[in-house]
Amino acid sequence: MSEVFPSTATDAGAVGFVLAQLARKSGPVLWVQDRVSFKETGRPYLPDIGMQRPVVRVTTGRAADVLWAMEEGLRCKALAAVVGEVWGDPPVLDFTASKRLALRAEAAGVACWLIRRAASPDLSAARDRWRITSLPSTMHPDDPQAPGDPRWRAELFKSRTRKPGTWGVGYDRAANRLDFSAPFRDGAVAEGDGTPRQRAAR
Amino acid sequence: MERQGSAPPDDVPVVLVVDGAHGQAIYAANRAARVMGVTQGARVVDMRAICPTLRVEYADVAGDKFALDRLSLWARRWCPWTVTDGAGGLILDTTGCDHLFDGEGAMLIDMETRLSLLGLTSHLAIAPNWGAAWALARYGPVRAICGEAELAQQLAPLSVAALRLDADTMLLLRRLGLKTIGQLAEVPRLSLTRRFVRAALGANPLMRLDQAMGRLAEPVASVDARPPIRAQMRLPEPILDPTAYLPTLCEDVCMQLEGKGLGCRRLHLTVYRTDGEVRRLEVATAAASRDAPHLCRLFDDKLDRIDPGFGFDLITLEAGLVEQMDNVQTRLDGRSDEGVALPQLIDRLTARLGAGAVKRPVLQASHVPERVEHWVGAMGAATLTTDTPVLPPKDRPIRIFQTPEEVRVLYVVPEGPPAQFIWRRQTHRVARYAGPERIAPEWWCDRPNTRLRDYFKVEDQAGRRLWLYREGLHEDGRGGDPRWFVHGMFA
Repeated sequence: MSEVFPSTATDAGAVGFVLAQLARKSGPVLWVQDRVSFKETGRPYLPDIGMQRPVVRVTTGRAADVLWAMEEGLRCKALAAVVGEVWGDPPVLDFTASKRLALRAEAAGVACWLIRRAASPDLSAARDRWRITSLPSTMHPDDPQAPGDPRWRAELFKSRTRKPGTWGVGYDRAANRLDFSAPFRDGAVAEGDGTPRQRAAR
Repeated sequence: MERQGSAPPDDVPVVLVVDGAHGQAIYAANRAARVMGVTQGARVVDMRAICPTLRVEYADVAGDKFALDRLSLWARRWCPWTVTDGAGGLILDTTGCDHLFDGEGAMLIDMETRLSLLGLTSHLAIAPNWGAAWALARYGPVRAICGEAELAQQLAPLSVAALRLDADTMLLLRRLGLKTIGQLAEVPRLSLTRRFVRAALGANPLMRLDQAMGRLAEPVASVDARPPIRAQMRLPEPILDPTAYLPTLCEDVCMQLEGKGLGCRRLHLTVYRTDGEVRRLEVATAAASRDAPHLCRLFDDKLDRIDPGFGFDLITLEAGLVEQMDNVQTRLDGRSDEGVALPQLIDRLTARLGAGAVKRPVLQASHVPERVEHWVGAMGAATLTTDTPVLPPKDRPIRIFQTPEEVRVLYVVPEGPPAQFIWRRQTHRVARYAGPERIAPEWWCDRPNTRLRDYFKVEDQAGRRLWLYREGLHEDGRGGDPRWFVHGMFA
């Protein structure tokens, strides 16, 4: 189970990052949104991935129902992934709730992603926690005026299996592939390569 | 049967026709047409010559058959054993039922009254067997009642057409001079047997005569409505919570379903309260299922909604809508089937969150972005298929807003891209853009004054990629200045 924190609510880079990660496994996807996320950031628009895989979208009013629906989805081994979107810091999404999701996802072998907008990265049992910010896109091969393939700044600030760090991530749409480029070399981020001091400070 | 709603007046000759090998043939005619000489099976062009004022309508043969099947079930109000007979007849086995309606005569009057209330004309007869009833209803007196003893006597004056014979045999009998059933019955059996030894039942007057006289059995094989699949539990004491009894009931229903090779799509739980009230709950499944633990789980959150009052002492669980469901083993190792897991997940989500909350997309061939995908309830379709129209691989956003949000835009040239826009009280400066991609309104389904849209993919100074469109053009005569909207977000 992984959590993704977009830098701003109107930044769809986090959704693109999650979708790019989902591309590895085929199968249906369960997409759960709470109503605020639906109103504020729209719904997944899926001619991109909907043609290759069936999508079941659930919109609920409360965060508790989002978590319940995600747990139900993680019980179903036929799914390739469960994606949840929770707005803010609802009290039900505490350490216990995230641990339940994480354990269930690991037991079922289903990828579980939680996109948390307008949220603070408080205590959570998520195995990976990302912060995604959109960067200016790459050069368009044909048109210098146009935006090309998307790029993001991906900061893995907590992970159980990997070394935390910050990368510039480019998404190669033609090959459907994520390219993690070298860590950023600017001052504030360069230190933050996962030392315990850095993690304790957060 | 007459068409609902606009029955023609009785004095206008009307015929119903079907398409035959040699043009339209008459399927049925009303009384006025029959009086004019219109016969069944004749060609319409011939009958137009006889009767120039003939009104011709197409016959709905399949609809008539369906209605007759329904009517045969409806007729079980008089007796439990009913069956349709040909295209326009019903056979009711009323043995032992007539005393409930004060005798056979009263029962026939009751039937005629109730059928006339439905707008149907009926010819009724009671006879000891199928053949005699058929003959008397069509060729006998009004509301004929015929006992076993006077069978030969009552049938004797009727035409041989009352014996359900085909046209060739009728012609043969007419040439032989055998016009009534009485005349036919007087012919020695041996010669009739010799003459028609190889004839089939429809062409065999002797066998038909035997059927009408009751010498050859013709049982009424009733098609029966399926018995309901239901489990019930009677409790010694009134209780308030049915949770403990639900698994047993579900297993019982599933066992019955499995015995018949069926799966259920709806389950109705009914509790009968001690004060005489009845409370019902219904759950639905996306695919036919007879998995007891799964069906039981669908009731999990709904049981609280039952108002138990002072308690209830009878619970029934009934499979409402059943479908054929075969036993399929997809995996040799006996692991759970993945084809079942997803519909079951949809069932559980829908049972708790409601049918409007769980949706899946259906792609449609359209240029307008919000019409490309149409979200339908996931419950409706049993399988999630991907056989949808393939769309051209255009650059499309990954998020789209339910309603486009209006923005205030600064532009350099009126038809050109935006230079800066204010969206959600924040100013975005456009660093790069692609477009415009013009999407014209679909004139075949849009309102007349719908304006075209010019879509721009823009990237602001912070790297956020948005999908903007300008609705309309300057001075296109469809309203004032064009307005700008944010419609979606790119990754």
